[in-house]
This record gives sequence, structure tokens and C-alpha cells, in this order.
Amino acid sequence: MIVRLFCALLFLASPLSAQGFAGLGTDAEGFSVPAEGFDFDFPTDHGPHPDYRIEWWYLTANLQADDGTAYGVQWTLFRSALAPETIEGWQDPQIWFAHAAVTSEDTHLTAERIARGGIGQAGAQARPFSAWIDDWTMAGPSFDAMRLTARGAQFAYDLNLMAKGPLVFHGQNGYSVKSDQGQASYYYSQPFFEVAGTLSLPNGDVDVTGSAWLDREWSSQPLAEDQSGWDWFSLSFDSGDKLMGFLLRDRDGDAFSSATWIEPDGTTTAFENGAFAAQPVTLTEVAGREVPTTWAVQLPAKGIDVEVSALNPMAWMGVSIPYWEGPVTVSGSYSGVGYLEMTGYE
Amino acid sequence: MVLSIQNVTKSFPGADEPVPVLRGIDLALASGETLALTGESGSGKSTLLHLVGGLDSVDGGTIKVDGKDLAQMDDAARAAMRRSDVGVVFQQFNLIPSLTVAANISFQARLSGVVDEARIAELTEALGLTPHIAKFPEALSGGQQQRVAIARTMAAKPKLILADEPTGNLDEATASDVLDQMLGLVADTGAALMIVTHSQIVAARMDRQVHLRQGRLA
Amino acid sequence: MIFASFTALASHWSRNRLQFLALLLGLALATGLWSGVQAINAEARASYDAAAATLGEGQYDQLVTETGDRFAQSTYIALRRAGWQVSPVLEGELRTDQGLVQILGLDALTTPGGLAPVGMDGETDLLEFLTQGVLFANSETALRLDGQVTLAIVVDDNIAPGIAVTDIGAAQRLLDADNQLSRLIVARAQPFGLPSIASVAPDLVRQPAQDAGADRLTDSFHLNLTAFGFLSFAVGIFIVHGTVSLAFEQRRGMVRTLRAVGVPLRTLIGVLIAELVAFALIAGLLGIALGYVMASVLLPNVAATLQGLYGAQVAGSLQLRPEWWLSGMAIAFLGTGLAAAAALWKIAHMPLLESARPRAWAVASGQTAYRLGLAASVLLSIAVAIAIWGQGLVMGFGLLACLLLGAALALPVLLRGAVQLVERHSKSVMWQWFWADTKQQVPGLSLALMALLLATAANVGVSTMVSSFRVTFVDFLDQRLAPELYIRAQDEVQAQALETYLIANAREVLPSLSVETDIAGIPSDLFGVRVGPTYRENWLFLDQSGDVWSDVAAGRAVVVSEQLARRAGLWVDDPVTVAPGIVLPIGAVVADYGNPRGQAVMSETLFKQSFPDIQPMQFGVRSDDPAALSLALREDLGLSDAAIIDQAAIKSFSLDVFERTFTITGALNVLTLAVAAFAILMSLLTLAAMRIPQLAPVWALGLTRRRLGQLEMFRAVVLAFLTTVFAIPLGLLLAWVLLSYVNVEAFGWKLPMYIFPGHYAVLSMFAILAAVLAALWPAWNLAKTPPSLLLKVFANDR
Repeated sequence: MIVRLFCALLFLASPLSAQGFAGLGTDAEGFSVPAEGFDFDFPTDHGPHPDYRIEWWYLTANLQADDGTAYGVQWTLFRSALAPETIEGWQDPQIWFAHAAVTSEDTHLTAERIARGGIGQAGAQARPFSAWIDDWTMAGPSFDAMRLTARGAQFAYDLNLMAKGPLVFHGQNGYSVKSDQGQASYYYSQPFFEVAGTLSLPNGDVDVTGSAWLDREWSSQPLAEDQSGWDWFSLSFDSGDKLMGFLLRDRDGDAFSSATWIEPDGTTTAFENGAFAAQPVTLTEVAGREVPTTWAVQLPAKGIDVEVSALNPMAWMGVSIPYWEGPVTVSGSYSGVGYLEMTGYE
Repeated sequence: MVLSIQNVTKSFPGADEPVPVLRGIDLALASGETLALTGESGSGKSTLLHLVGGLDSVDGGTIKVDGKDLAQMDDAARAAMRRSDVGVVFQQFNLIPSLTVAANISFQARLSGVVDEARIAELTEALGLTPHIAKFPEALSGGQQQRVAIARTMAAKPKLILADEPTGNLDEATASDVLDQMLGLVADTGAALMIVTHSQIVAARMDRQVHLRQGRLA
Repeated sequence: MIFASFTALASHWSRNRLQFLALLLGLALATGLWSGVQAINAEARASYDAAAATLGEGQYDQLVTETGDRFAQSTYIALRRAGWQVSPVLEGELRTDQGLVQILGLDALTTPGGLAPVGMDGETDLLEFLTQGVLFANSETALRLDGQVTLAIVVDDNIAPGIAVTDIGAAQRLLDADNQLSRLIVARAQPFGLPSIASVAPDLVRQPAQDAGADRLTDSFHLNLTAFGFLSFAVGIFIVHGTVSLAFEQRRGMVRTLRAVGVPLRTLIGVLIAELVAFALIAGLLGIALGYVMASVLLPNVAATLQGLYGAQVAGSLQLRPEWWLSGMAIAFLGTGLAAAAALWKIAHMPLLESARPRAWAVASGQTAYRLGLAASVLLSIAVAIAIWGQGLVMGFGLLACLLLGAALALPVLLRGAVQLVERHSKSVMWQWFWADTKQQVPGLSLALMALLLATAANVGVSTMVSSFRVTFVDFLDQRLAPELYIRAQDEVQAQALETYLIANAREVLPSLSVETDIAGIPSDLFGVRVGPTYRENWLFLDQSGDVWSDVAAGRAVVVSEQLARRAGLWVDDPVTVAPGIVLPIGAVVADYGNPRGQAVMSETLFKQSFPDIQPMQFGVRSDDPAALSLALREDLGLSDAAIIDQAAIKSFSLDVFERTFTITGALNVLTLAVAAFAILMSLLTLAAMRIPQLAPVWALGLTRRRLGQLEMFRAVVLAFLTTVFAIPLGLLLAWVLLSYVNVEAFGWKLPMYIFPGHYAVLSMFAILAAVLAALWPAWNLAKTPPSLLLKVFANDR
């Protein structure tokens, strides 16, 4: 219970009431704000940016076992700041929490961790790259070759990630706008990971291979006050192209969309509000909510007219601030796999 | 007619079978009339009085007080009747021991909501109770207590007064005194009076006399 | 009209002030006793909850160092990085100008759910809490901290007394314990596949969650108290019933008058109910105030007991908690309602003209006494049936209720019979009259005497139970804590060195070999013991067969605990499988109070054969000079203080706690007796008015008033004496039920019953004394009755 309460309070650095989904629409007060024309500096920017309020290292993977069973894996580390600084010891105002999940057509296992910053229990560092909380790690000699581990009550995994392509930047060279009012975040991805490793599941260990997509994003007010949630798609087509698209829904029912088309060699094309469209096709009742688990997705400029369906409609993340996240299959004008994340459904 | 009794019968449970006490009584009383009901012990005089007062119910026949049939009344209606229309003076005084004489006298009147302070003072004076109004009943003699009971009944200005041996426990002189005052007050208000008595002296002073024998009027 | 009726009915009280007082006081006392007991219970329970929640004891396993010292924070990080879900705790004492405050530091993000019920509402700035630190404490403690610390202090009265809770970082700064921790809480759910704790944090040992041992003791304590609350209330209800019934009976004439004069029945009943409600309200409030006072007086004793039992401080002040004052009011209303129900029903159905002569209430004649006797025999038969076939705690209390109620209802007929017996043998006229008159008095006094019966029986019963408990407990402690010292070795090397040393220097060495296992399906501890004089001399068995210890030493038998035996349905001589391949007959059953696990004891040799890997790490030591030995062990072998336990000290401490626990019940005993005495006083006083016409003829015939007064006193003594004669066997029966039935159902063990005739004699004296004191005033009144009052009886025709 107390964890729940803390998680809810995490996004509040001030006594103001939370705005937007999970308080992400609350004013940036005192924190740094993303600006256009930012020059990324790697590997430093792979590490944390404590002067921004919220940040994450977000990995999703589409995997297959030897027998062809499809699996989805999620590993996310969040950093939430109560104040724009880091201090050694318990007084550090940085809070870290993480979600991990393994999904197949008929199972969905999740785990959650939370820790204080400043004491070594959780954190991230750029050189050599390491992001960790408790015994969950994403680390390696470089950002291109990493080992990913996580453990829950009923599952664990140990995967190797090898980058087969360059980093991609969303929006205007990594400055990703989220609404008409101009809220934005810094957003880049490494969508070209090749994965090989083992999943430890209740029925035993499973060797898997596949691909993974890592999102890196940080900002201080990523949502506008009236935005209630989003639907985020990361799709990897059989053609080798990839598409990242999201819809930010507001309370009136309108949505702000944004998308990035990624060619196999890493060239990106950014699409502004209105180009990317998605409509719910099937609703499923999950955890007492009506959640769309099949979508019709269009990006006419690239000839995308596809149906995206959840591998497991019940992929609900029953964590302190719950949301839906799971692997999807794509069919239509293009086919492939991907991941879908939906937040703010009450 | 203030009171109209028609063919009233009443029995009480006995050892083997019910014991009939009243076997068909017909009686009428007009306002201003005084009636003596005599008979030997056990002849049913008190029973008849109780029936008229609504304190018990008939087995057969009708009793109408001021035109209203008692059998049609529920407990609340009968209580209302006893408050305002009918006043009963019992043999046993039945005063409220924890109220003062003055409170006792005005009690029934207060219940019925008709409190005539002047009249109550008059009655109290007329019955010689003024020196005792602050005392409690237990400090009074038998005769004084009887007079309080009478005062209480009359203070409520009933249309019909039923008295069950009101002078039974009093000596001759006091009895005569009390009776004088009662009859005087009755004459003043024009109420009807039915007295149960076994004393011929008392009976003789009433307008009419009826005699109960073996459950019937002779 | 309503007002007039109300004034008339109420005027009765202004003329009978004593009755009014009796009714109010009776109900208030009954409510007071009940509320007081409930208040103590509620306060204690709130303290347990606060202590348990705040300190986390008992709910989770903990990781601590062997010595109990603080350890480095890096150990916590290491365990976390290995995947262990543990949460850090730092505890220490902070010296303030106003005393010590226990500081408890937690990491709110990692504590297992439900551990810190602190009021973390939106008003507490999270940033401030985590980075600068905020102290949460109850109002008392907050006062002590005021001005002593730079941190903000937030008052939360849910926190146990003497403790301030804060963030662990802040605690480290306050206690000057940078990077140090006291212990780690181990969450119940851990991920699978983790490396062992020992491989990551070799310095820490795992302390299991506290078993329900302490809970059991406190449970029995509260059971005791609650049972007493009920009893006191029952006694009080008798008073209320008597007085309410009397008031109704005495107003029957008035009721008749009111109805005759024209008050409708419904109005009458309504007014009477309103009157009762007013009584219940006033008496209830008075009772709650009384209960509060009583509880406040007894609470320090309760607090001391709890401190001993639980090690936690209980708030010194009593709080007004709705659970006890609401139930107090409810009980006041319930009691009045019960008492008045019969009377109201009678009025509602009474023919208007029924005789208004006041009768003795409740039990009007010998007929009624016999009818009650019949009801009593029904209840007692039910009691017997439950005793033979009943199971479960609820049945146990049902048994008690039937027993007590049945006995109470049987009292009038028993008293009547006893008096009749004496009457038949009396010679002089005066005595014949006296006994006949007494027989007539019994109905009127029965309720008060029933109250006396219950109070005395309760006294006998509970004190027998307590004393039996004490004797047994002392024996038990002597048996289990026989070794003067108890030593724990840190590792096997030290254990062996220790054993060698002890054999050379102590009178007897008792290595403790034990393993957790399931015996007959019940989680138990299996012990291997070195049979010697200690066991032979000190252990007492509930049942045995043959030369137990020789059999055990030879590997031919085992000793099992009572709980194990009962739960497994086994007894002496039955075979039991104590270990794989080892089936032995039970040589004896031994008591093991307060232990929810089973226990089996076999010889050391046999144990070593079955579990060769287990080395004794703990030793009981018999020594004639434990202090010297203790010193020697510390100097020569370098054992730490924590490793040596002085059992003698523990024994005296346990006894001390025990004593205090039952001081409270002792106090309640006295109070209940006082309430009964009060009942008698009130009955006699209110009967006094009705006695006049009964006594007047006797007086007129020549008995002086003085003599009459003396006879009244004597009657009180006789009736009280007879009542106590019946009360003692009832009390013993009560004790038996509590020890052999209720205790077994509640806790699984049976206590033997010991009898203390001397104590009962004293108790009877007190009961009779109480009755005499109660009778004094009415008798005095009677002796001083003016002749005129007596004469009036003859003057007035009734």
C-alpha cells in the first residue's frame, strides 16, 4: 500500500495536484526543459540526466523459442526526480523504479522494483554503460553490446543484445513534440538489437532469439495538462523497415499524433501531427477496463494500412500505476511484429 | 339520552364454566338525572358500572354513551371518552400517591385539555379541600381522600358521572356531607349521575332507583 | 396529555428517591464494570497493534548480526543487488531533555506492505521526508521531541508510545550512525533462484518471525478480562431487573388509575418507554464515566504487564475509543430493555381492573420458585450435555452460561428448601415465625441473592483457576528453566571447545540437539537430550508409563508434549514415528504451555544416529555458581554477553509478569462482590416499605422493634451464608470448566486444578460481611420505625 502511495506521489515535487496521466502533465518548475537544436553527446547521454524530471531506459523485445512460440519481453527502468540534482546517500531526491514482463499468447508475467537513488541500489551510468536496480541490469562494455537481466517471483531472463544498426532520433533530431502547446522530450531509440538468450519460466527454461527495441527518453513535462494517456506503437516490418508512432489522447477525445519512419539503414523520416492515424478495432475487458487490443493503423505517406493485434490481449501491467504493454503482430499492407503500449484507460 | 343500555349480558370465567353476572340489562339515563343502582354483594353492580365506563367489555347487548356505541370504540377512543365525557369515582379512591392533592384534583382535567382554573378552585373550596392542597394523599383521612377523588372527577366536567360506593368507607356524617356536595355539584353542571350503593339512605336521595338481582333489573 | 401522564408517572420517583437511585446506580455500575473492562481491553489491543505495526516484530523474518550490533549498509546493497527483497531498519535511542525516545528509521519504498501505518497523506511533502527527514510520533512523544531536533514533527496517534518513525537516512543522521543499519526485514515473497543469504552476507543470521507465543498469553489475559466483564454485567443486570420490575409493580395502581382516568394504553406504554430510555441514557453516560475512572486506575497495572509480556510501552493515558463507550451505551440500553420487557408486556396485556395491590416482584410464590427450579434443571442438563459432547470455544462459553444461569435460577428453590428444613425443626413460636417469614422473604430477595451467588461463585472459580495456573506455571518454569545458564555457541568449533570446557567445569552439561520436523502430521521440534539428574528430578509428567527416563535413555521410548499428543490423538503407550524409520512408544506426556508447535524428546544417542550432521550449538548448564561460570566462559573462551543466558533471571521475570497479570482480575473480583452487596442493600431498602404490614402484627403481638431489627440482621446472615454454601461448589465447577474445557478448546492444554479451602473460607466471610453491611441500614431503619406507621396498617383497610 505504501509503495502505491509513494508511486502516486512520485510525480509530485510540489503540493500542486497531478495533471495529465500519472502527473506527467504537471508543470516543470525548477527542472530543465528540452529545447530545439539539442546536440546529443554519446556515450554521456546514454546515462541519466538528473536535472530533468522523468527519464527512462525502455526495452521491448519480440522473441521466438526454438519451437516457434512467440514471446515478448519488457525491461524498463524509470528515473523520477523530486528535485533537479543528485546527492550521495539517502538524501538523494532521485527515485528509481522498474517494470519487467514476459508475455506469450497465454501467459503474462510481470514484476516491479523500486529504490532510492544515491545509495547504490539503483542507478545508471554512461561509461561503461550500466543501468540497474536490485539484480536487474542492462549493461555492457558499450551501448551496442549489452546483457539484459531481470527476475520476478515466477520468471527471470538473461539476454544478450547486439546492435545491428545506428541510433535513431525522433521528432526534430531528437526533440520530440508531444502537443500543440509545445511540450516535448528528448527521444532517441536503438531499434536494431539482435537478441539471444534464455527465459526462465514456471515450466522451465526456454532459449530464445529475436529482436529488441530500446527507447531512451527524458523530459520534465512531457504531457500537456489535458492529455489523459497515449497509445504507442513500435513496429518492425518484415521488409526491414520500422515505424514508431504514438497518439497522445486528450480529455476531449482528440489526439496528437507523431511518427518516425525508420529505413533498414537507419535513415529516419519524421511525421508531424495528423500523418499517423490509428483507430481501435476490438475492445477487450482487461482489469476492469475496456482496452483496445486490435488497432487499424495508417500512415498513407508510406503506404501503411495495417492491422495491429495483441499477441495476448490480457497483457496488463498490474503495477502501482497500471497500463497495458505487450507484443503485437502486424498484418495488412505490411506484416511484422512489434510492441504496443497503452496508458490512461480507466 | 346521556346513557343508553340495551340488553347487556356479561359473564366471568368460572371454575368449570362461565358464570353469568348480567343477564340482560336495559337502562337509560338522561342528563341531569341521578340514579341509584342497588343490589346485594356479588349481584353485578360494580360490573355494570365498569361496563358503562368502558373499563370492561360486554358479552352481548349495547351500551351507548352520549349516542356513541362503546363496542365500536377502540382503546384510544374509550380512553378519550373517559377523559372528557365520563368520570368514574371508585370505591378505592385511586389517587396518585406521588402527586399533591392539588395536582390530583386537576389531573383528569389536564388530561382532557380542559382546565378551568376558576372552577377547580371552586370545587376545591366547595369540598373543603383548600387547606390540604399541598399535602400528599397518604396524609389525608379516608373521607378527605374520597373528596379528592370526587373533586378530580368533577373538575373534568364530565357529562356522566359513575360512582362506585363513594361513601362505602366513610362514617355516616361524612358520607352525608360528601353526598350533599356531590348532588349539589351535579345539579350545578347538569351531569347525569349513576351511583352504585348498598345503602338505602344514599339510594333514597337519588331521583330513581333500580335494583339488581341475579343479573337482572327488578 | 402526554406531559400530564409523564409527570404523574415520573412523580413516583420524587417520592421514592431511593428506588430511583438504586435503579440509576445499578445500571450505571453494571455499565461501568463492562465499559471499564472493555476500555482496558481496547487500549491494550490498540497498543499491541501499534507496537506490532510500528516495530514489525513478529510479522517478518529479520536479518541481524549474531551479536545484535549494527552492520554496514553495503551489506544491504549487496543483498539487494543479489536479488533479495529486504528492507533496511535502523533503531536507536535518542536522548532528549525530556527522556529517551526510540528512533525507528525505515525505507518507506522497500518496507513490506502494511508495516508503517504512518499517516503519509498528501500533506507530507515527499521531498522533505526523503531528503531532510520528518519524524512521526504520537502526541506524547512529539512533545518530548519538541525543540530537540531540527526535523519537522508530525503527530500520528497510531504510533506506539515512546517511538518516533522517520526515514532511514534521517535516522542515520539523528543517531550519528552513518551508513549503518540495525537489521533487515525479509519480505515474505522472494524471487526464485536467488543465491543463499549466507553467500552474500555471511555476517548476518536469519531470525524467524516471532511465533504466536506471546500472543497466546495476551489472548488468555484478554479472555479473562472479557469473561469478567460479562459476569459483572450479568450481576449488574440482576439489580436493574429487580429495581425496574419493582418500580413497575409499585406503579401498577397508578397505571390503573391513569387508564381509568382516560390515558390510552399506547400513550402510557410510550411514556414508560420514554422514561426507560431517559434512564438508560443517563445511567449509561454515568456508567461510562465510572468505567473510564476504573480503567484509568487499573491501566498502569495493565501497562506494566504488557511491558513485561511484549516489551512495548503502552500509553499511560486512556483514550476514549468508540469501541468501548459505544458498546457501553448499547449494553445499558440492552440491560434496561431486557429488564423492562416483561413488565411492559404485562402492562400492555393487563386487564384494566386487575388488582392493584403491589405484589413481591419476579418470584411471587413457592409456585414460581418451583417453576424457576424447573427452568434451572433444563439449563443444567444442557450444561452437562455440552460438557460431555460439546466441542469448540463457543460451546465452552455456552456451558458456562448455562451453568451459571441454571444455578442462579435454582437458588430460590434451594433456599426455600433449606429454610423449610430448618423451620420444621424449630421449637419456639418466635423462631417458627421467623423461618416462615424468611421463607416468604426469599422471593423478594432472590434477585439480590442470585447476584451474590454469582459474584461469590465467580470469585471462587476465578481465584481457583488463577491459583492453579500459578502453581502449575511455577512448576513448569522450574522444569524448563532448570539449567541455571543457557549458552549459545557461534560455530561448531566453538561448540566443541565449549562442550569440553563445560564438562570439566559444570555440574551437568545438557547439549541441545533439535531439528524441525513433522511428527504425526504436526509441525514439531524433535529434541535429543542427555538424560541425567536434571531431567529425572525436574520434569513432571501429565501421564507416564514405566521408568520413563531410563526408557528414553535406552532408546526405547519418547516423551511428547501435551499439544502434540492431543492434536495427533495419541497418548501414553501409543507408538509414534518421530523420525524416518524410528517408531517408538510414548513413555510420557508432558505439559508445554503456550507452545503452538509439538515437541518430542528422545535420547541423545538415538538422535545422533538419525541426524548425524546436526551438532549441538546450544547447551544448558547446571552449575552451583552460575555467575562465576559465566564470567569464566567470557574470559577463557571469549564468549560474548549475548551468548550466555541467565535462566534464573528469566524465571523470576516471568513470574513477576504473571503476578501482575492477575492483580487486575483480583481487583475486578472485589468490585463484583461490592456490586452484589449493593444489590442486597437496595433490595432490602426497597422491600422495607412492604415489610411494614407484615411486621406490624408481630410487633403488635409483643416483639420489640429492636428485636425485629436484630432478626432482620440475622436473616441477612443466614441467607448470605446459605448462598455462599451453594456458591462454593458452583465456583469450583466454574473453575473446572475454565481449566479443563475452555482452556483446552482455546489453547490446547489443560491445567490441573488445585483446591484452596482456606481461601474459600475467607471468601465466604467476606460475602457474609458484605451482606451484613448491606442489611445494617435497613435493619436500623426498621428498629427505628415510629409506632404510628405500624399502627396505620391496622387503621387502613387494604
